[in-house]
Amino acid sequence: MTGTAANGGESFAFTPENRAKADAVIAKYPAGCQASAVLPLLDLAQRQNGGWISQAVMEHVAELLDMASIRIYEVATFYTMLNLEPVGRHHVQLCRTTPCWLRGSDALRDACREELGIGLGGTTDDGLFTLTEVECLGACVNAPMVQIDDHFYEDLDPARMKEILRAFRAGNPPESGPQTGRQTSAPASGLTTLTEL
Amino acid sequence: MLSDSDRIFTNLYGAQDPGLAGARARGDWDGTAALMAKGHDWIIDQVKESGLRGRGGAGFPTGLKWSFMPKEEAPGRPHYLVVNADESEPGTCKDRDMMRHDPHKLIEGCLISGFAMRAHAAYIYIRGEFYDEAVALQAAIDEAYDAGLIGKTPCGTDWPFDVYLHRGAGAYICGEETGLLESLEGKPGRPRLKPPFPAAVGLYGCPSTVNNVETIAVVPTILRRGADWFAALGRPKNTGTKVFCISGHVNQPCNVEEEMGIPMRELIEKHAGGVCGGWDNLQAVIPGGASVPLLPKSICDDVLMDFDSLMAEKSGLGTAAVIVMDKSADVVEAIARLSHFYMHESCGQCTPCREGTGWVYRVMLRLIRGEASVEEIDMLWDVVGQIEGHTICALGDAAAWPVQGLIRHFRPELERRILAEKVGGGGTDAAAAAAA
Repeated sequence: MTGTAANGGESFAFTPENRAKADAVIAKYPAGCQASAVLPLLDLAQRQNGGWISQAVMEHVAELLDMASIRIYEVATFYTMLNLEPVGRHHVQLCRTTPCWLRGSDALRDACREELGIGLGGTTDDGLFTLTEVECLGACVNAPMVQIDDHFYEDLDPARMKEILRAFRAGNPPESGPQTGRQTSAPASGLTTLTEL
Repeated sequence: MLSDSDRIFTNLYGAQDPGLAGARARGDWDGTAALMAKGHDWIIDQVKESGLRGRGGAGFPTGLKWSFMPKEEAPGRPHYLVVNADESEPGTCKDRDMMRHDPHKLIEGCLISGFAMRAHAAYIYIRGEFYDEAVALQAAIDEAYDAGLIGKTPCGTDWPFDVYLHRGAGAYICGEETGLLESLEGKPGRPRLKPPFPAAVGLYGCPSTVNNVETIAVVPTILRRGADWFAALGRPKNTGTKVFCISGHVNQPCNVEEEMGIPMRELIEKHAGGVCGGWDNLQAVIPGGASVPLLPKSICDDVLMDFDSLMAEKSGLGTAAVIVMDKSADVVEAIARLSHFYMHESCGQCTPCREGTGWVYRVMLRLIRGEASVEEIDMLWDVVGQIEGHTICALGDAAAWPVQGLIRHFRPELERRILAEKVGGGGTDAAAAAAA
């Protein structure tokens, strides 16, 4: 049930499968503290709703958690991962903060713009990609990096960035993580520790 | 240099099985019930003796923090352990490795630490962007339940204990402990006024302690190897091992566990392949994540990486995220980017921070190009001083400190750009040379 316009007249309800997941989430918190489930439920709803949260989504979650609608709006507008407008099928989030910037995030941004033909905040005409710049994603020793949908693509350069976007366009997303064959956060030139174990 | 036999996170890079079998092979979940049998207070005393200070940035003594929890559970007021896994401090990516590669250290740490503070539940608040890490950690939690290590009779003890994973949704401020509690309760992450402190009124109004992932994950090893083992590493009041994140202009950016108090130069040269272009090409280092003031090369030459050594240089160990800048870096823009970060992440409830962070960023933008007057540097110093210490939480301080560090150590560079702009070259190197 994908909405088409912000605050349109569409309706939303969890699928039975997601409703079961929502109930399992609510059960993690003490009785009467079901409001704690608001972020997990908005995330679940956003996934079901094609990547964004409409007013109908918020109303449904409010009802489910027995919260005033205003409390849901307040939360939905506070957290950056909750999209209040439709986004493309793949959400490309470029890290712009100092550790990534020192290692070339500006060049990645230019590569994304060139490959996708859109600016920051834009969505491609085919609805496949949305490009946004975000603050530190927490993979600083693998900079520069981007998050595409749920996964981190690390140790990038502009050429590899473009290849990755092309692979997504072809419906064949590459494996996430470091793109240089390096083992996670270890020094790329070889281990300096944990060699005697 | 720390020997591998004294390293706690022996699967930091994920070379081995992160699952329960691999964790047991690395020594996790060994004799957990026996440690718990020694009692709540014994555990707290051991952690005090080890000298462990919180690994999330503030460096508060962990055992002391735990001792603020009530000794008895009052009816209807259960105790909670809350683990801060909202790792968002720019430069920092250590908790991520612990959660995806050594998750059982954290889960066992939750049980033991939770038991020590008389809690029956732990909530781990992980930043929402760490999706893959949340999947990995949840798999380990499920494994621990299935093996009876947590749940109704954890490790065969009669202390029921649950571990719940809670994903955030993208807000740096939720890494502030009371902002985190607000968020966990289903509200925007706006920090609370203290007092009351969480140990008195925390999650759901109940006694709670919020600790960083690394703080909790090292506890089982400290208890198994002995508080004196941990206390013997590092220097007095700055004990133990620490996972450092070395990013920016180094040849081999990496995470690495080292002894607290290792010289910065040794840390960078031994593990991160040295500064790009050699040590003499170093311009500045932010030694502890975005919030701490940067240090110029002259201090980096021999400063030690621990809480008190860095504080003596008017900076801090913070999260031990070492951001290196060589001479090619525009140090003013590097700090301006951090000002942008704090402007973006301010929750907006305190006026000095909400208004000040934006004001600071706009001035910093002009300073990059030298489009300012020299007097404005003093005004900037004055304004960040009015943000610092005048807000509910430390985000206001964190926004002020990087700018203070820049003015303290790079004022001549700021003035050079202003002068160059005045002679008409837009703050470029050529214009500066002409002005010089």
